Amino acid sequence: MGILEGKTVLIAGVLTEASIAFSAARIAQEQGATVVLSNFGRAFSLCQRIAKRLPQEAAVVELDVTNTEHLATLADRLREVLPEGAQLDGVVHSIGFAPQEAMGEGFPEVAWEHAATAFQVSTWSLASLTQACRPLFGEQASVVGLTFDATVAWPVYGWMGAAKAALESTSRYLARELGPDGVRVNLVAAGPLRTMAMKSIPGSKQFEEAWETKAPLGWSVTDTEPSGKAIVALLSDWFPATTGEIVHVDGGFHAVGV
Amino acid sequence: MASTAEIQSGLAEILEEVAGVAPADATPEKSFTEDLDVDSLSMVEIATAVEDKFGVAIPDDELGGIKTVGDAISFIEKNQ
Repeated sequence: MGILEGKTVLIAGVLTEASIAFSAARIAQEQGATVVLSNFGRAFSLCQRIAKRLPQEAAVVELDVTNTEHLATLADRLREVLPEGAQLDGVVHSIGFAPQEAMGEGFPEVAWEHAATAFQVSTWSLASLTQACRPLFGEQASVVGLTFDATVAWPVYGWMGAAKAALESTSRYLARELGPDGVRVNLVAAGPLRTMAMKSIPGSKQFEEAWETKAPLGWSVTDTEPSGKAIVALLSDWFPATTGEIVHVDGGFHAVGV
Repeated sequence: MASTAEIQSGLAEILEEVAGVAPADATPEKSFTEDLDVDSLSMVEIATAVEDKFGVAIPDDELGGIKTVGDAISFIEKNQ
């Protein structure tokens, strides 16, 4: 019996088979969960194609986290695709975006509108997605997001890094306010993985080189399974007293100096 | 095994569906980015659709090297 047997989870942000969220969706199904995916705009049709590549084809709902109507109607639209009377036991937030202008070098020169987009899509959306799903939560629910260790400043990551730092704080505030309702909120801090998100960061190769030489356990930039497993573990009942936490799935990179 | 003509017409269907390219425009010499206005996200979707239709996976490392419709046709032909 799998650790998500009988559970239903929404996984937002699957784009390709290389997505961390795809790995989470696959492992969640293998562990017994019913999975619904979401994406939006031009990524929606790609997500629908990729949904067919899961062990069981998953339903896909449209969700643009910057669209208030999408958020307001999300619970009703999920009810339409979920089994009759099903609750939502978990939500995976694998959503992040920063305009090219907000990344690379030149951090102090970035205009507010570009930084604001990064914060709205990558940070605020953890709260708004959670809030949009609350009508479907039962006595217990688990929300899991993805960060990239934001305790330090990275090259080229720019305002995306600042947005991730705020995401880590947002996760703690959600954990604080929603804990009494039985909602756990945690993040996985994955090392660099060759997803569409990472490939869109100019100069991201230097992360790969750093990880390969420094991570005590070694690191594969193409293996999303360790992150997928951690996400599924946090969705499961095996972390019942853990919230506001950040689990590093980075080969140990964060724990060592040079 | 699909013939070159079948690959070309199958690819043209995919291009129309994914990126709204008129089938008559999907000729071998056309560049995806420069002539047909196909961006990297659409290229990934095209590669996914190619795999569904022809059973030929285009690895990420190869995708960057596929610049024209003709490049895609010959990649599919060689790897099917």
